[in-house]
Amino acid sequence: MFTSHQAPAVRDAADPRHLARALDDLALGFSRWRLPLGLARLDLRNRYRGSVLGPFWITLSTSIMLAALGFLYARLFRIDVADYLPFLATSLVLWNLISGLVNDGTQCLTDREDVIRQMPQPYSVHVLRCVLRHALAAAHVLPLVPIVFLLCGRWPGWGLLGTIPGLFLFLVNGVFVCTLLGMVAARFRDMGPIMQSGMQLLFFVTPIIWKPELLGDRVGFLALNPVYAMIELVRAPMLGQMPGLLIMAAALFYTAVLGGLAFTIFVRWRGRIAFWV
Amino acid sequence: MAEIIADALTIEFPLYHLGARSLKKRLMAQALRRIREDSDSRVVVSALRDLTFRIGSGERVALIGRNGAGKSTLLRTLAGIYDPVGGRLSVQGTVGSLIDPGAGMDFWATGRENIRLRAWYAGLNEAQAQALSEAVTSFSGLGEFLELPVRNYSSGMQLRLAFAMATASRPDILLMDEWFFTADASFMAQAEARLQEMVASAKILVIATHSMRVVRRLCNRVIRLEAGRVVDDGPTEEVLSRLPEEMRLELETLQPGG
Repeated sequence: MFTSHQAPAVRDAADPRHLARALDDLALGFSRWRLPLGLARLDLRNRYRGSVLGPFWITLSTSIMLAALGFLYARLFRIDVADYLPFLATSLVLWNLISGLVNDGTQCLTDREDVIRQMPQPYSVHVLRCVLRHALAAAHVLPLVPIVFLLCGRWPGWGLLGTIPGLFLFLVNGVFVCTLLGMVAARFRDMGPIMQSGMQLLFFVTPIIWKPELLGDRVGFLALNPVYAMIELVRAPMLGQMPGLLIMAAALFYTAVLGGLAFTIFVRWRGRIAFWV
Repeated sequence: MAEIIADALTIEFPLYHLGARSLKKRLMAQALRRIREDSDSRVVVSALRDLTFRIGSGERVALIGRNGAGKSTLLRTLAGIYDPVGGRLSVQGTVGSLIDPGAGMDFWATGRENIRLRAWYAGLNEAQAQALSEAVTSFSGLGEFLELPVRNYSSGMQLRLAFAMATASRPDILLMDEWFFTADASFMAQAEARLQEMVASAKILVIATHSMRVVRRLCNRVIRLEAGRVVDDGPTEEVLSRLPEEMRLELETLQPGG
């Protein structure tokens, strides 16, 4: 039985109360965190259903990727492997989280069409489900990073704690990205493919496999790349540095812009989602 | 106190993904009544047009009409899924909807896990979830099958689980589609008793149906929809007596679930 907690008693097209209803949606979605978390865990389990390793396939495939890319590119860039691998491990794991969130984010509402059109639920539940699924998947690969550091004879020490604010910002931005892309892609179906090819491009222009220092005196321009700012926020403390002030400011600025945009669109067009999916 | 008031309620579905403009032109060229261009020159289908009615406590309302008349859209709008595009809708009382038995079900998860999911979807607390689990276990009669993935169930067993979960609570306002009449014979008697009980405890029932038998047995009021408009509304026998002959024949011969 689905009781429609979220629909207010009176719904008037002439007075849609967009803001109040969007806030209700968010409050209810977050207070029911067990639902999106449970769904996210089922999603992950279903994807690797029947396989021996289960979600640890992500761990294995990332390890293989790291080993292959690590030795090859250390050679190409003429860097010591022990110096390059920790950098690559951090970058690649964070990049996988970002690209997963962006690509799945475009489908986080359209994939839930069956639920959206059959029972009243806060839309934020579907967004959180997507973000939590990727957070759970990331939890299977994030431990690889300190392991790689150890194998290379380094230890980030207190730097590990320094990554916490950055990782938290990843989660926050994940919610923003999935809300924004989920809605835009539900309305404009070209958004999914656009983001997919955009992310491919972004992978190569962002310092993930190449070190930012290679840009020489143009390194400042990297702050224009939101993905770089986000990755650097976590990567720098891991490598024992403090993220630059410019990077921190840029990351916060991008978060604020993304959040503002996502919230505005959610408030204004939330009621149309059921018609779009 | 349960009450539903619709005032000039209008729902339109824009056809966003029509693709080629030529299709749009072709649709527009035919003087269709329900597909039109709105003020933003989008193609929209008018699903519900200007509905005004009031349903009070004690009323058992049948929504009748041909396929595409707007019955399901009206149920979904009452359930809170669609927001009115025009007009106003007021729904006082807790709402329960039996629209799609399989909605939100994870077929790879076990029956037990699905019950847990359902409790989360409904926002139940721990004690209520426990009560739901017990009620579903005893009513569904699935026993040890509850520990197996739902995809391994026969279709009858899946229906039993869905039905048991859907009918476990007692809302003020009950919105129903007639899907449950497709249950297999052995389950029918049990299901009917349960439905009767649920209907009896609800203050308002709104049921979309094609079946005269359902209308006569359950309902004291009939709203007839045609092309998204209310064309007739009144006590059951009155509305049925005013039905056009060909439609009466259609409804009389239709078996439930058919």
